Amino acid sequence: MAKITYSEQTFEINKDESVLECLARHGVELSSSCRAGVCQTCMVKATAGTNPPAEAQAGLKPQLQKQGYFLACICKPGQDLSFVNPDDSALPQIAATVVSKTRFNDNIIRLRLKPESEFDFQPGQFLNIHREDGLARSYSIASLPQEGYLELHVELVENGKMSNWLHNQVAMGGKLNIDGPHGDCFYIDDKPEQNLLLVGTGTGLAPLWGIIRDALSKGHKGEIHLFHGSHSTDKIYLVDELKQLAKLHSNFFYTPCISGEDTHGFSAGRANEVALSEIPKLDGYRVYLCGHPEMVSSAKKKTFLAGASMNDIHADAFTLSNS
Amino acid sequence: MSESLFDRIGGETAVDAAVDLFYRKVLADDRINSWFEGTDMERQHAKQKAFLTMALGGPNNYTGRDMREGHAHLVAKGLNDSHFDAVMENLGATLTELGVPADLIGEAAAIAESTRNDVLGK
Repeated sequence: MAKITYSEQTFEINKDESVLECLARHGVELSSSCRAGVCQTCMVKATAGTNPPAEAQAGLKPQLQKQGYFLACICKPGQDLSFVNPDDSALPQIAATVVSKTRFNDNIIRLRLKPESEFDFQPGQFLNIHREDGLARSYSIASLPQEGYLELHVELVENGKMSNWLHNQVAMGGKLNIDGPHGDCFYIDDKPEQNLLLVGTGTGLAPLWGIIRDALSKGHKGEIHLFHGSHSTDKIYLVDELKQLAKLHSNFFYTPCISGEDTHGFSAGRANEVALSEIPKLDGYRVYLCGHPEMVSSAKKKTFLAGASMNDIHADAFTLSNS
Repeated sequence: MSESLFDRIGGETAVDAAVDLFYRKVLADDRINSWFEGTDMERQHAKQKAFLTMALGGPNNYTGRDMREGHAHLVAKGLNDSHFDAVMENLGATLTELGVPADLIGEAAAIAESTRNDVLGK
């Protein structure tokens, strides 16, 4: 008989019983609604090393399937399965060393970390940095696995505890604790002909820089359109590198946008608005939205209304912290 | 009846085609879109899919009690027949746009209509 493990409790699951039913039989409540594998209310995540049956992942985004997400109500595992509630899935912390710290501009640094143990990730996912006093913040990964380091772009936030510490205190050779990776904002090579639209503001460019280079390195054939926005010309970054990338790849198009007054030869306006005015019809597109939460939320709705399928929209908004 | 409505309409493929169309109509409909402000779009999209699956006679285990409990907080804020009617209209328009025959649309509408009293807490 197969066993299921959830929240440090292990139960024997009956033949033809779903994971959701088994938990309920043991008095463990997991939120559910349709109980027919559609509404995704009971979605949980298999822990590394165990695999849910493929039919329990039907209808989920491929990015979620790849990370072991499945629906408890339609999961009848033939073998042992261990899983967690994705909302409280704390991953173990590992140590990482700062191997490079350079400056894009006055506000943004490029930090490269070398994890001291194995760290499997997809470019565009994010990790959490933990300081010894318990302070933790999330940063997206801009590098590719084959580059051998984790690249983060850190913007200095006024009164931001973590960003001030990373900018001013942490030096080359410094040790940090990280956990991750998290998130489903990454490239997947199941449709190489699909057109991609990527919109980012500020250091929302970090995950997109990872996703674009990942797609190109995997031979993506469809068009890749990046719209990156900043308030002013002194804050926009990676411009030369992105222009160079657009020269090398005929299917990559780069549009830097400035929302402030002095646009200095860049496209004028907010990146999400410029993107939608240049590409008003998004049928069949895969969309990536990263950066300020208001931009992400508004662009999610507008790109969906412009024809992108909800399963093809991936978003990663900054978390604005009050503490 | 040999084949279920769900199978005659085209099963999960038909629901997949319908859900984006239906949710776009709902979001664009000023009579009801304020009910969806501030909700997580992906979660809401999955719920819309579950609703369509049910209306099209597909697999679901919703009970009348689920419908009551799931909408009680909205009823308390004034959810009423006019909003339900608007959803029914969008459902019909979605299926018409997809070329579903009128008699099948009628069957789907009847299933959705059967949840009215529970959804509105009557």
